[in-house]
Amino acid sequence: MIGRWERRAGYAILVLGSFIAALPLCGVVLMALNSPSDSSGSLSVSGAHHFSNFSTVWQLAGFGRSLKASAIIAVTTVVIALIVSVPAGFALATMRFRGRSVLFYLLLLGLLIPLEAMIVPLYFDMRRFGLANDYWSVILPDSAFSVAFGSFWMRAFFLSAPRSLVEAARLDGASVLTTLRRVLLPLARPQMLTLAVLVFVWTWNDFLLPLVMLSGSQIQTAPISLVFFQSQHTTNYTYLAAAALITVAPVVLIYVLLQRSFTRGMLSGAVKG
Amino acid sequence: MSALSTTPTAPARVSGSERRRHAHLVSPPGEPRNVGYLFVAPALVLYGLFVLVPFAHTIYLSFFNWDGIGPQRFAGLTNFRAIVDSGELQSSFVHSFVLIFFYAVLTTLIGLLLAGVMARCKIRGLSVFRAVLFLPYVIAPTAIAVIWRWLLAPDGPLNSALSAVGLESLTRPWLGDFTLALPAVGMVGTWVLYGLAMVLLLAGVQKIPADLYDAARIDGAGAFREFLAVTLPGLRNEIVVVLVLTVTAALRNFDVIYVMTQGGPGTTTTVPSLLVYDEAFVAGSVGAAAAIGVTLAALIFIVNAAVSRLGTSS
Repeated sequence: MIGRWERRAGYAILVLGSFIAALPLCGVVLMALNSPSDSSGSLSVSGAHHFSNFSTVWQLAGFGRSLKASAIIAVTTVVIALIVSVPAGFALATMRFRGRSVLFYLLLLGLLIPLEAMIVPLYFDMRRFGLANDYWSVILPDSAFSVAFGSFWMRAFFLSAPRSLVEAARLDGASVLTTLRRVLLPLARPQMLTLAVLVFVWTWNDFLLPLVMLSGSQIQTAPISLVFFQSQHTTNYTYLAAAALITVAPVVLIYVLLQRSFTRGMLSGAVKG
Repeated sequence: MSALSTTPTAPARVSGSERRRHAHLVSPPGEPRNVGYLFVAPALVLYGLFVLVPFAHTIYLSFFNWDGIGPQRFAGLTNFRAIVDSGELQSSFVHSFVLIFFYAVLTTLIGLLLAGVMARCKIRGLSVFRAVLFLPYVIAPTAIAVIWRWLLAPDGPLNSALSAVGLESLTRPWLGDFTLALPAVGMVGTWVLYGLAMVLLLAGVQKIPADLYDAARIDGAGAFREFLAVTLPGLRNEIVVVLVLTVTAALRNFDVIYVMTQGGPGTTTTVPSLLVYDEAFVAGSVGAAAAIGVTLAALIFIVNAAVSRLGTSS
């Protein structure tokens, strides 16, 4: 019944779409291998590959330290987001207590409030409490944003978890905590992995928060090093391409390795404000 | 645990008093009610301290004149009036709406075109397409901006490609052009987000039952009619998700603008989030920055509410 031309047109759009998505990225890889002395922006495929560009850029932009800082911030944020979101989502899904619906809507609000409407007092308050220019000044707000999404995400899982299992555990005399730890958490592993991947990617890629919070310190995240490097080498596109690739490499690696987890999150409409 | 067995999903929507009565009647003794507070307490503390308090504090600051160091002087609504009066502030919000066209409208239309054509097709190799189409969305916006600054550079690949096919007259310094810089930045947003729209809408269209299409065909519906009567209503939820994601991305655009144009040339690509940063941390007008931030938040709430309504009504 399906028209053959429809199918062909559909595949044509898919192929064209994938091509347009991939082309600039392939271009960057080629550009990063160009000769660094060729300062023009045009791409020449000469056959000579200058892998040394990466080590030069690594040194010049100080990526060794900034990748480490980004990793510290992103991993800590992921850990906090998981530890805090799982019990919150569990309680929101399975327990009745006063103020629960208020809490639910408060968290919903958090998915929409833009960072721009928090960043100003966040900076001045962090500075007052001596936290500005410290890892925690980025980790704590990032964790808080992730908790809004994380609680929803885990709540959705606990609502869908088979109730018979929980009932059985309860009949066997398991406490709430034991039920969560022994019965539900093993089932929740895929959802927790998805949450971890999404929070890691969001935190790694974030720019405004570390830009403001770490402005007076030696700590730089990878995106900040990239932007500083670009302001120093505005038209050395070979170096800039290499720097951009170094910045995105960890996230792309995780994306490739854990693609299924990421896609599951995106397909269920993971929305973060 | 009995909450699970009696009210699986509804309680969030049930009003407070009704719920308490319900709980009183149905739930057996020993229901772990107050343990709930213990479980949500860490989330609530973290979220309250680093989201709710700063947001409330921003609203408070927006009514003051403050340079960040000296005393805060009450200013009433002057910071908000400036947004209406000042040409630069006003145009930054106008730019945001232009970006919504590129980030949200264009991407959704591209996604719908694909979903419309591919309705009822089983797609082979979908996971490969998906992986590639999501890639621009995964990459740090700062890196995207660095990459596209190169692609659009005066001697960059786009201009060389245009010259190579004899369209030299079309080459220009895209990001230095007063009329084309904003659409150029907008197209970068389209590039980042169209894959997301494609994948989400394609996933949605696969879930529409095939007999709906068969029924439409029996009723003599053409391809276009079929799209309007079956595909579009069937995709309502997915369209809302795509619009919420993309509209929010358009309104919150900071990284790409900061790296690609810094708001220039002139003020042709300024956006509210860039002005929040500039006012608060460069110019030292903290109150003005707070007012822009609050207005931006309000705008995001309103637009998202409107988009969600689109999903439930009609």
